Amino acid sequence: MQHVSPVREPLVTGGKTYHDITEDVCRQVEAKPNIRWAIALAVALFFLGVFIYSVYRTLWYGIGEWGLNKTVDWAWDITNFVWWVGIGHAGTLISAVLLLFRQKWRSSINRAAEAMTIFAVICAAMFPVLHMGRPWLAYWVLPLPNTWGSLWVNFNSPLLWDVFAISTYFSVSLVFWYLGLIPDFATIRDRATGPIARRAYALLSFGWTGSAKHWSRYETVSLILAGISTPLVLSVHTIVSMDFATSVIPGWHTTIFPPYFVAGAIFSGFAMVLTLMIITRDVFRLKDYITLEHIESMNKIIIVTGSIVGVAYITEFFIAWYSGVEYEQYAFINRATGPYWWAYWSMMTCNVITPQLFWFRKIRRSVVATFIISIFVNIGMWFERFVIIVTSLHRDFLPSSWAMFSPTIIDVGVYVGTLGLFFTLFLLFAKYFPVVNMFEVKTILKSSSGVPHSHKPDSMHAHSPNNHNHHDK
Amino acid sequence: MQEKRKYWKGLEELENTPEFINNSLNEFAEFLPVKEKNGAADKETAPRRDFLKLMGFGLAAATLASCEAPVRKAIPYLHKPEEVDPGIANWYASTFFGDGDYNAVLVKTREGRPIKVEGNPLSGVTRGGLSPRGQASVLSLYDEARLKGPVSKSGQTHKDITWEEVDREITTKLAGVRGKVVLVSTTIISPTTKQVIREFGAKYPGFEHVQYDPISASALIQANGGVVPGYDFSKAKAIVGINADFIGPWLSQVEFAKQYITNRKVTRDNPNMSKHYQFETALSLTGANADIRVPIKPSEEGVFVAALYNRIAQATGGQVLNTPAFSQTKELDAAVKDLLANRGAALVVSGSNDLAVQTLVREINRALGSEGSTINPAAPIYTKQGNDAQMLRIIEEMNAGTVGAVIFYNANPVYNHPLAEKVKSGLAKVALKISFADRIDETAALADYITPDHHTLESWNDFEPRKGFVSLSQPTIAPLFKTRQVQDSLLVWSGNNTNYYDYLRTFWQSNFSSGDFNAFWDKAVHDGVLNNVSTPGQTSGAGAPPMTLAAASVAVNNTAKAAKGIELAVYQKSTIGSGEMANNPWLQELHDPISKATWDNYVAIPQSLAKEMDIKQNDVLRVKAANGTTIELPALIQPGQAKGTVSIAVGYGRTHAGKVANGVGANAYPLATVTNNGIQYINGVSIEKTGAEKPIAQTQTHHTFMDRLVVQEASLEEYKKDPTNVTEYIKIATPDGPQSPSKVSLWYDYEYKNHHWGMVIDLNSCIGCGSCVLGCVSENNTPIVGKQEVLNRRDMFWLRIDRYYSSDTHKETSEMGLIDTYQAMEEPSENPQVIFQPMLCQHCNHAPCETVCPVLATTHSTEGLNQMTYNRCVGTRYCANNCPYKVRRFNWFSYTDNEKFSVSNPQMQTDLGRMVLNPDVTVRARGVIEKCSFCVQRIQLGKLEAKKDGRRPKDGEIVTACAQSCPTNAIIFGDMKDPNSQVSQILRREDGERAFHVLEELNTQPNVTYLTKIRNSSIA
Repeated sequence: MQHVSPVREPLVTGGKTYHDITEDVCRQVEAKPNIRWAIALAVALFFLGVFIYSVYRTLWYGIGEWGLNKTVDWAWDITNFVWWVGIGHAGTLISAVLLLFRQKWRSSINRAAEAMTIFAVICAAMFPVLHMGRPWLAYWVLPLPNTWGSLWVNFNSPLLWDVFAISTYFSVSLVFWYLGLIPDFATIRDRATGPIARRAYALLSFGWTGSAKHWSRYETVSLILAGISTPLVLSVHTIVSMDFATSVIPGWHTTIFPPYFVAGAIFSGFAMVLTLMIITRDVFRLKDYITLEHIESMNKIIIVTGSIVGVAYITEFFIAWYSGVEYEQYAFINRATGPYWWAYWSMMTCNVITPQLFWFRKIRRSVVATFIISIFVNIGMWFERFVIIVTSLHRDFLPSSWAMFSPTIIDVGVYVGTLGLFFTLFLLFAKYFPVVNMFEVKTILKSSSGVPHSHKPDSMHAHSPNNHNHHDK
Repeated sequence: MQEKRKYWKGLEELENTPEFINNSLNEFAEFLPVKEKNGAADKETAPRRDFLKLMGFGLAAATLASCEAPVRKAIPYLHKPEEVDPGIANWYASTFFGDGDYNAVLVKTREGRPIKVEGNPLSGVTRGGLSPRGQASVLSLYDEARLKGPVSKSGQTHKDITWEEVDREITTKLAGVRGKVVLVSTTIISPTTKQVIREFGAKYPGFEHVQYDPISASALIQANGGVVPGYDFSKAKAIVGINADFIGPWLSQVEFAKQYITNRKVTRDNPNMSKHYQFETALSLTGANADIRVPIKPSEEGVFVAALYNRIAQATGGQVLNTPAFSQTKELDAAVKDLLANRGAALVVSGSNDLAVQTLVREINRALGSEGSTINPAAPIYTKQGNDAQMLRIIEEMNAGTVGAVIFYNANPVYNHPLAEKVKSGLAKVALKISFADRIDETAALADYITPDHHTLESWNDFEPRKGFVSLSQPTIAPLFKTRQVQDSLLVWSGNNTNYYDYLRTFWQSNFSSGDFNAFWDKAVHDGVLNNVSTPGQTSGAGAPPMTLAAASVAVNNTAKAAKGIELAVYQKSTIGSGEMANNPWLQELHDPISKATWDNYVAIPQSLAKEMDIKQNDVLRVKAANGTTIELPALIQPGQAKGTVSIAVGYGRTHAGKVANGVGANAYPLATVTNNGIQYINGVSIEKTGAEKPIAQTQTHHTFMDRLVVQEASLEEYKKDPTNVTEYIKIATPDGPQSPSKVSLWYDYEYKNHHWGMVIDLNSCIGCGSCVLGCVSENNTPIVGKQEVLNRRDMFWLRIDRYYSSDTHKETSEMGLIDTYQAMEEPSENPQVIFQPMLCQHCNHAPCETVCPVLATTHSTEGLNQMTYNRCVGTRYCANNCPYKVRRFNWFSYTDNEKFSVSNPQMQTDLGRMVLNPDVTVRARGVIEKCSFCVQRIQLGKLEAKKDGRRPKDGEIVTACAQSCPTNAIIFGDMKDPNSQVSQILRREDGERAFHVLEELNTQPNVTYLTKIRNSSIA
């Protein structure tokens, strides 16, 4: 048993009862789509259309539709890939690592964060395939048995490690997320009035009855998956960073990359969670579940990871100087003062300076400030990847090859297109799936709602979910 | 007769019941046993399982039957031509002479198609070297813009006509011509052709043959008694070049490069180099290779030459002239000192078309005792014979209406003569205009008849580029179109019924042969060349008397006084030349060796002028010449361009060349100055910004090497003192002291059991001409991507020549902060030293690209090659990113069928163009990486040939296309496992001296080794 300080602020406010929780969360699922949601979806679908068009151009004519050249062979494609994978880190961190650490505040945000992870990884996974010259042969990166004799994949290549890392991460996250949805789907199924909804949610809920046996198995599988997911949080971005770290290019060939990338990923993931949550809690009136307390907690994580990232930036410069390697030194001077100085300083401003504002409690607890800063961090983290990829490549060893990169409209289209894809998926999720994990919130209601529901009102002891086998349905 | 036996298939047939007869009419006599026997009720219905079985079988069978691949029939020869074996190349000796550029060549044909041109090593002139234009000539054969047959003009258009009709009409018209008949040509170096012309001219009283050159050497010829002196740079220990791009397109590119480099190669045993001073306006290829280069204005040329003459005359006791002093005395003194010290082995050459300058140069060479040593009087050069004065007179005569018929042979004055407008107006007054052009070019468009000539590769001819050196060209393919050789046309029109082949043989029999002519002829055709034979020689029309020294002195003074404002120099590039071959995408995309610009000409402006007028690169400038012509072109800031001058290249701005060249750049010929008896390729100009911008597509946009050890150079003094101290070798600190990076490795080394291919590139010998680049393109089917894609930095060359300028700022000596220092290092010097570095796949033994490919598409061969498997490549481009040398190229588009490349890449998109492709090399698909393969197909061929003979390949038998085409033998390829190979010998000799690997500290262990450049630049 863990002691929780009684002065800690409640995680659920507004004097909610178990039934209120069910009502509040199921409301948007059961109600008719509102106009704001419909407009948002229309916008998202438009950008999805942009995505489809841009992908069509890329696939039909070739990678030449992008702005890449013989010196800069990766730019927006891999920038977007790493950015989306990074964003996809928060969900698993919240659901797995925080679960293992028994951070109960995660309960009301983990569902949406996990959904965000899944959708972000889907967006991310587009790029390794799309950036290939011959994407129709993408399956060749899988170690499939074949008729070409001893032809196999190259296990030395970090890109191959990526294939395994991303696919593992995606499948585990998907299972984890879906598993958590099952009890809530059952709740919706039981409340459903329409025949289609009833059948659909019945199908989705896999025949969940809420029996003790179900709960027991559920909890076991959750813990196992959390255990599997936790190392993945670290491994995925570590491996992504190795795409760069194992190369010879100055600015890429850096041993600091794995921890620095992981910190950056969590940093950007939380920023994206905040961006989405702040909108969701407002639109779906979930302020009692996603409280200022949640926002503040996440902001603290942002300070920590943002500072780690800042230290990493400075360390890179120090090591470049300390190494005495001409190419390394120039790569970093070029980052800060070369033709792409604006990208570097955008990154520094957004990633290192703005999150430091969260040291002020007022800002930390201001929804507006948090929203703005979270956007800044999203932008900054995109620039971080752009800086690493493009400014390292564009001036590498031989000055004769130095070149500039400028994106084409198709580059932009693919990028904003994945945003369209992401928001389309997220909006559909927000409408048809329970955005807050009802049953987990209910488990913390007694201990942390600020309202004396429990048998011993003065006791603020935490309860793990296994203590609650019975829920109102 | 035997009784016919009958066998029954069964009792049923024997009984022959009506039921049996009935059933036998069905396809299946009995019902198929597909039903389950579980009752009489469902007797007639097939059960579900059987239905599914039959359906499945039927579907599978139908699918299999319908998915048979379409049959593509390869049709064998009905009558197989002798000597043509599919898959085996045939080689023919021939000659390329076009655009003033002479090369004795070997033509590679596959299945009857010429696919590549290489230098003929037997030639005493070009000695196996080949110029970029020579490389590209094979592509011009397959040019879509070529005429498919003779045409005659009707109204504003040309209509097809038969040869019989055209011959009849032309002979009739020629017979009735009023006024003289003029044949206008560029320089003709074919003795037999000249004989044909003489014979043709004899039929028409008042016939005149006029030769002119787009970039003329008229004054040089006039000052030297009617011929270009027989320069021999191989004997020159001290060279002063004055605006003469002699290893560029001036007179004889390959020949001079070969000669020049013989005194530029150094070894420990022979550490002597010639000293080369270049005084010039634009930074030329020659100036880039000079030891000391001094930028001068065109107007200073005369002053300089006069000053040089005076100093030498003082020393040798000649007549001293009263001319202005030359301002840069330090370099002048040094040049004089070196010339005088090397009397008898000194050479002064000038590219000027000013008779006064050429007269003084002649006198300088005489005073230095060059004649008989560096100038061979017995072997004058014939590649330029044009006579400006004669051409100008003919233009006047045409305008005066005294010319009755004019025939153009290789001549396009409407495009490439400064008086193009007068030529046009003159042509309107000529009754009969005939052109032999292979396309409707600017001049031919105004002609009444165009009777297109064969391409060189389709025709018989002979060539004499230098007295005593004769070569042949022979057809390597049947004429692609209904064209006819010029000489045949002229013979027909002069009433001679022999064909040109017989005519040529007869001419040779009487002029060159002794003894058995057939054997002699066979050998001549086989070898392609005759060296050091006695020939009647050729005379040029330049009959005007040479100038006296006093007159020259006056002229120099006048020129110096007249100059004011910004001076323009009009020059030709070694790539596109005079523009005759402009419709050749290879030449358009081959980067200018100095500016690295492609697909355009531009105004080269010095840094000082850019600063003064606030001109940025790509700003479109309006250049207005003193003669009133204006031209609008983008600016290119050119280090080394003389202060107060600008340069513009000719060869661009074609309007009737074909879709590749039309509209590329602007025509600079009208900017030249026409004087009484000649053309000066200079002019006074005023410049203004138009406010517009036009990007120039350069393959290299960063020009200094940032003090990185990617290129290495040292002075000759250092080299003489201690050859082991001229190259910097990176050492890595280890517990056992500093070590070479290759000694510190995480990787296992490869073991090479049989061959280990390697290459040595001597930076001292590379002159940067770009011949290797086109040799590679031609051998390896590299796509040509066009201007926009070059701008996008996506050129596809496997081999490029990096050109670096020196900078005034150096990291060690700079007093600025680090950031400012780096920025200053990006700026080239005002008059920089230049270094060229051919850069291709280094075939690293520890290749960064090989480890990162997820699908093993790039791997290491057992012979040290870094090989690329196109089929396996999925196109992640990780290898290209991780290549420190950036030599990997990605197929961004489908260059073989994407419309965007139909102009630049017809050699892969049209049936005609595809004939040039090398069938031994795959044309790469969209989405895969490609790169230098060390010409693996040649290695394979060489090994197979050796295997057939049961021996090992001999050194020199297997060479890459680049090594083969290098006119200066800067690239040496061979087997490093063979201790006696040239590569091994050089590596042994230069180890620890000049041999270095680029980016050695990365421990990539390349198989390409570079040799440090040695400069002889010190001025005592």
